[in-house]
Amino acid sequence: MIISEQAKLNRDLAKMLKGGVIMDVTMPEQARIAEDAGACAVMALERIPADIRQAGGISRMSDPKMIKDIQAAVSIPVMAKCRIGHFAEAQILEAIEIDYIDESEVLSPADDVCHIDKTMFRVPFVCGARNLGEALRRIAEGASMIRTKGEPGTGDIIQAVRHLRAMNAEIARIRSMRRDEIFEAAKELQVPYELLLSVHEDGRLPVVNFAAGGIATPADASLMMQLGAEGVFVGSGIFKSGDPKKRASAIVRAVTNYLDPKVLAEVSEDLGEAMVGINEKEITVLMAERGK
Amino acid sequence: MNRTITVGVVAVQGAFAEHCRTLGKLGASAKEIRSVSDLSPTPDGLIFPGGESTAQGKLLRESGLFDMILPLIKGGLPVYGTCAGMVLLAGRIENDDRKHFAAMDITVRRNAYGRQLGSFMTTGDFAGIGDVPMYFIRAPYISSAGKDVNVLSRWDGKITAAREANMLVTSFHPEVTEDPTVHSYFLSMISQGH
Repeated sequence: MIISEQAKLNRDLAKMLKGGVIMDVTMPEQARIAEDAGACAVMALERIPADIRQAGGISRMSDPKMIKDIQAAVSIPVMAKCRIGHFAEAQILEAIEIDYIDESEVLSPADDVCHIDKTMFRVPFVCGARNLGEALRRIAEGASMIRTKGEPGTGDIIQAVRHLRAMNAEIARIRSMRRDEIFEAAKELQVPYELLLSVHEDGRLPVVNFAAGGIATPADASLMMQLGAEGVFVGSGIFKSGDPKKRASAIVRAVTNYLDPKVLAEVSEDLGEAMVGINEKEITVLMAERGK
Repeated sequence: MNRTITVGVVAVQGAFAEHCRTLGKLGASAKEIRSVSDLSPTPDGLIFPGGESTAQGKLLRESGLFDMILPLIKGGLPVYGTCAGMVLLAGRIENDDRKHFAAMDITVRRNAYGRQLGSFMTTGDFAGIGDVPMYFIRAPYISSAGKDVNVLSRWDGKITAAREANMLVTSFHPEVTEDPTVHSYFLSMISQGH
C-alpha cells in the first residue's frame, strides 16, 4: 500500500519507542521521575485514569500550560490526549508541538460517529483498539501507532489481555487465508482491503502495537510483552502505587527482560503497595467501549 | 567472506529489530543483546540502535552491560551507533549533563532539530559512496569533532555521520529504509578488522 512520506515518517517515529515504557504523569516532578526511571516517553495529563474514573463527569484535553511545563522538564517525547473525534483539541496539541497525540477513550468522547481524520495532521497519533478491525480503521484514519484499550484506571489486566489475544487470533486467521479471501474478510471487518492485505502478507499490524490499560506490576508488563506487545503504557499503575520511583524502574527493566524470569523476580521484590485496583465487574463505565 | 559475521544488536530499548532485519538481508547474523550472558561469545561488532538514550543508558548500567561493553569498545571492537546510539558513544553532549560511553571524540547536540514535528527525511551522500535516504527522527547532530574523526556526511552544514577508528555513528536511521549502504559499510569495517 502506498502511503505518504509523512505517514511513513510517523510510523518510523513510533518504532523508536519499542521495547519501552510510556508513563502517565500529571506534573513536571513526576515526568522527571519517569525519565530517570528509563521511560521512553511520558503522557502528560491533568488526571490519571484512576482519578478520572473516580471524579466522573466530563474529562477533556489537559491545560496546554501544564503540558508545556512537562515538555520543558524532560528530554524524552511527550504525548497528550485529546477526546475521540475532537479535532480542535488535536489542532491545539499540534500547535504546542506535542510529540504524539493519543486520541483516547480515557477522555469523554466528543463524537460518537467519527474519529479524527488523522491524515490531516503532521504530528503522529496513537489510538486504542480492542481488535483487528478497530486497529485497521484507526490506521486508515492515519494513526501511526496502536495500543490495546485495556480498561484504564483499574489495575485489572484482563481486558488488555483479551484485546491483545483477540488481535493476535485475528491476525493469525488473516495470515492463513488464501489471498482471494481477503476481499471478503475486508468487507466483514469493515476495513480497507489494502491494509488487510498488508496484514495477510506481513503477519502483523503495519504500525507499532503497544499494550495499555490495567498494567500495574513488572509481571503484568512481561505478560503483555510475551503476548506480543512491542512496549507498554503504564497509566495509574505507577503514581498510584506506594513507591512510584522503584515501581517505574522495575517495570522498565521488566519490559527489556520480559523473557528472563530471574530478572523479573529480582525487580518484583519489595516494590511496596501496588495500586489498589478495581475489578472489571465492579466498574460502571467501560472506557474500552468508547469509539469503535 | 569465509565465515558469517555475527553482529550484536543492543536490545535494551528502541528500534533494534530493524537493524537485525537489515543485517539479515546482507547475510550477516544478528544477535539481540539484552544481558551480560548474550555477550559470550563476543560478537564481531555491536550496534546501538535508535530509541531514547536516557532509557538505554540506564538499562545498560543496571544490566551490567555497560561495564562489559566499554572495554570492548576501547579494545577496538567495531561499533555503530544510530541516533540515540550516537549519543551513547559521544564524548560530550552539549545539552545534557548525562554521559555514557563517552568513547568518541565528538560533541553532540540531542534532539537538535527540535521535537517530533522537526523530524524529516532527505537524501544525501554517505562516505563518498553515493546518495542514501536519511530519516532524521528527533535526531542529534555532531556540533564538533576531534581531529581523528572522519566526517562521512553533512546535512545543512552539520555533521550527521562520522567515523573514528572502530566507531561509526549516524544521526539518521538507515535501518528503517530499504537501503543497506551504511550497514554494508559497517560490515566492511568488521571484515577489514576495522
